[in-house]
Amino acid sequence: MDVLWEAADPLSVREVSGLLTDRDLAHTTVMTVLDRLAKKGFARRERNGRAWHYRAAESREAYVTELMLSALDQTGDRQAALARFARSVSGTEAQALLRALGALGGAARG
Amino acid sequence: MSAPVLILAAVAIGCVPAANALAAASWPRRSPAAAILLWQALGLGWGLAAVGALIGIGATAPGTAVASGAFARLASMARTGGFRSAPDLTGDVRLVSLAAGLTLLTVLCWILLAASASVLRARQRQHELLSLLAHGDPKVPGALVVDHPAAAAYCLPGLRSAIVISAGTLDLLDADELAAVLAHERAHLRERHDLVLLPFLALLRAFRWSGTARRAYQAVGLLVEMHADDRALQQRPARELATALLRVGAAGGGGVPSGALAAASRTEECEVAARVIRLLRPTPGLSNAVVALVISAAATLVTIPAALLVLPLH
Repeated sequence: MDVLWEAADPLSVREVSGLLTDRDLAHTTVMTVLDRLAKKGFARRERNGRAWHYRAAESREAYVTELMLSALDQTGDRQAALARFARSVSGTEAQALLRALGALGGAARG
Repeated sequence: MSAPVLILAAVAIGCVPAANALAAASWPRRSPAAAILLWQALGLGWGLAAVGALIGIGATAPGTAVASGAFARLASMARTGGFRSAPDLTGDVRLVSLAAGLTLLTVLCWILLAASASVLRARQRQHELLSLLAHGDPKVPGALVVDHPAAAAYCLPGLRSAIVISAGTLDLLDADELAAVLAHERAHLRERHDLVLLPFLALLRAFRWSGTARRAYQAVGLLVEMHADDRALQQRPARELATALLRVGAAGGGGVPSGALAAASRTEECEVAARVIRLLRPTPGLSNAVVALVISAAATLVTIPAALLVLPLH
């Protein structure tokens, strides 16, 4: 997927294999992975001559944003799908409490 | 109307003020685990009693249990062609009540399934995205890191579980605070807190207009967090967890459009503050005797409606 994100144009299976130089992958393995990405909607493919060419459906940033939005979303349903560590506090309130904590810690140590 | 049906109705109606009182009470914060158990019993007991009372009004026959009476009534309606066998007003009321009971039972089962399905779908999507985007980091062993500047830390419960930390959180917290966050999230995953919350999410989805359903959901959500805090405290000092909570909480909304934040932020601010205060000024847990009392109350809440449904007590 990183290869597709970095490429400007749609890539054929052979081109993707060529760019994955650090890993010695069989042509069919790369084809299977790309096919699976296309089925899940992460990659779009188009027929170009005899070979399929693949490109990323959305930019990496778009997916990161989707991931983070669903994680930070405050509305009810999402909350049960994943458990967030802390929901937002207003900045000033948290700063005040942190300062109080700092003072407490200082007193305890001193 | 027979005595079992009256008791079922009383339990069903009584559960609502009981839930409101429990949501407002402060003792649950001293022993979140016991209170969570009581909430589960309250939810299950209400469901059994409400369905049982409605069906019971519709179809009690002397000498049989509520459940078997309803089956007998349905069977006889199927045989005689149903509606024409109830010409008088009492008969109509009983028929409507029976239908309402069966509808409520169907709705309760359906919303639980629907809520589970939507939760599983959202998790599936998260896993797919994470498999493309996330990577490990030695600072947070066992967790997945997503490169985004906003502070976020959460876990994906399930058979295939994951703890996710944003790059923003890694920058924000020191090593001790990160360890406290991981301990908290691991407690969620280990004890399947998502399953504890699921029935209340389902109730909230079914009864969006109900203040009680909303308060119950929020109260159980907060208790689950406090319970995970308690578990984390067995491994990490309270201070680390408290400062981690405040830092993540303060930076939390960074990447989210304000529209998404507006909905319930006021109560949620109070939640983080309540957790921090509880960490820094711990109150002693409830005594064993009180916990035993809470557990027996929970057991009673479930067994009485269940027994009235299946035992012939006329």
